[in-house]
Amino acid sequence: MARYQFEPFDYVTPPELSGAASASAPVIIVGAGPIGLAAAIDLATHGVASIVVDDNNVVSVGSRAICWAKRSLEIFDRLGVGERMLEKGVTWKLGRVYRGDREVYNFDLLPEDGHKFPAFINLQQYYVEQFLVERCADFPDLIDVRFKNRVLSVGQDETGVTAEIDTPDGAYTLRGEYLLACDGANSRIRRQFGLDFEGRHFEERFLIADVEMEADFPSERWFWFAPTFHPGQSALLHKQPDNIYRIDLQLGPDADPEEEKKPENVIPRIEKIVGGRPFKLDWVSVYSFNCRRIDRFVHDRVIFVGDSAHVVSPFGARGGNGGMHDVDNLCWKLAGVVTGDAAPGLLESYNDERVHGADENIRNSSWTSRFMSPEPGIEMAFRNAALSLAVDTAFARRVVNAGRLSVPCQLADSPLNGDDAGGPEVPQKVGMVALDAPLSDRDGRPTWLMNQLGGRFVCLVTGDAEAPADLPGGVELVRIGRGGFGDAEGHVQERYGDAVYLVRPDQHVAARWVAPGVDDIRAALARCAATIAA
Amino acid sequence: MALKTEFNLGTDSDALFNELLQAHEGLSREQSEQLNAGLILIMMNHIGESGIIREAVARARAALDA
Repeated sequence: MARYQFEPFDYVTPPELSGAASASAPVIIVGAGPIGLAAAIDLATHGVASIVVDDNNVVSVGSRAICWAKRSLEIFDRLGVGERMLEKGVTWKLGRVYRGDREVYNFDLLPEDGHKFPAFINLQQYYVEQFLVERCADFPDLIDVRFKNRVLSVGQDETGVTAEIDTPDGAYTLRGEYLLACDGANSRIRRQFGLDFEGRHFEERFLIADVEMEADFPSERWFWFAPTFHPGQSALLHKQPDNIYRIDLQLGPDADPEEEKKPENVIPRIEKIVGGRPFKLDWVSVYSFNCRRIDRFVHDRVIFVGDSAHVVSPFGARGGNGGMHDVDNLCWKLAGVVTGDAAPGLLESYNDERVHGADENIRNSSWTSRFMSPEPGIEMAFRNAALSLAVDTAFARRVVNAGRLSVPCQLADSPLNGDDAGGPEVPQKVGMVALDAPLSDRDGRPTWLMNQLGGRFVCLVTGDAEAPADLPGGVELVRIGRGGFGDAEGHVQERYGDAVYLVRPDQHVAARWVAPGVDDIRAALARCAATIAA
Repeated sequence: MALKTEFNLGTDSDALFNELLQAHEGLSREQSEQLNAGLILIMMNHIGESGIIREAVARARAALDA
């Protein structure tokens, strides 16, 4: 399998500098990483144009974010690249945890069937960015991606935002209504705004290496506490496409990053893990991490999305996946505000819901970090006690924390949630992302519930429940059973029962009833500030 | 259910206290700490009620100032 070929994207002189008709778009997106590109596509699916600027002209060098969770894949699928990612990625759902060389625990992240997407795929960030850039090209009138366009500063006033941008041909000014800061963990815009990035720095250093080798390791996540090949420290192995393996090695707080990065130091460490197989080093980095966020993600017309707003440790796959939750949550709201269908106040719910999500990710990530690199003394005593007990005592295996992997964020307390009027005792709850299920369409062809939801408000009617005859404007009926889609394997009945659900454009359930009137649905929609134009 | 603070150890209380001490005999400080930590984890799981466990932690912590 050929290694990934990095092809630079073309720089094109922007129209503002070439004398061509000046482009204009309501949304300026800073950063063409996975988050910025996904946001541009999501907005485009709502008919909202954006200009994406990035100071670079190549996809991510190094695999960086590789673990894409089921929920992110559902979002990517809504944006049109999910199936491509699934096809290219390495599917996995099983994690194994070792102490020394002995397995103490394994976990299955998706024990039930009837879902389009698996618990996780591993796929290098450079593939994800490439697929997203190519998908952007499907919206030539709505997405204008500008490489080698570096934002110097951002300003805003009551009517819009202004970005000063530098290019190889000189500087120019862009004006828009809103600006999304998707410029990553070292966000220049965050610094320009002087926003405190509060949280904790962890001193522990880690070596991360992508290794190309022929091996028949299964598609699983392997995590070791104190393996014999790396005494006293932790190690993590992930399989990626193209025979690339990701290896993370804990180095302790005193490791010298420049020394540790040198091939003559890296190669002996890798040799001990891969046991004599020939391999090539593809990418090496040494990092330490932070768990931090800014206080607010919405600063009037400048909105922080992804790593610019919050960062976590990598042990939980909550960075890239957390950012995709942000995109999913924000874009329908921003599109509503830009098109006049929703009030600007709706953006405050992005702040509420995603601060809640970021806190959950930071909490889980911090707990894992503390378990992996405990302070000497009593922290170490508790950690080692849990590991020792785990060998023979079942409960302790679940106390062992080698990463709590990204799961869909629950919005049970969201201000946007409407009624939960009785309804059946089923797994699906208000505030949760909708649960997928296999369906059959009218011609008997297989499809998925998630592919019928999202992008607009849906009134989902399941089983024997009845929707009102006239739905409010802007709401589309999706019926399972009784003349609608077939409940191919009975999973809809089992997961949803007989009920009527209002599903948001980001596939979250906003309200649920047994037999609602049209006013009930209208009221729930109004809570989502989505009915102004209706 | 609330944390029991009335005596609940029957006639074995002195023996059990002594057995706790015996379990630590011959251990280094580090091993002792790990033994205690393991005991706490086992008992915490046995109790299995977060409210009671939190109350127990708070009470033990408060007792430091007594």
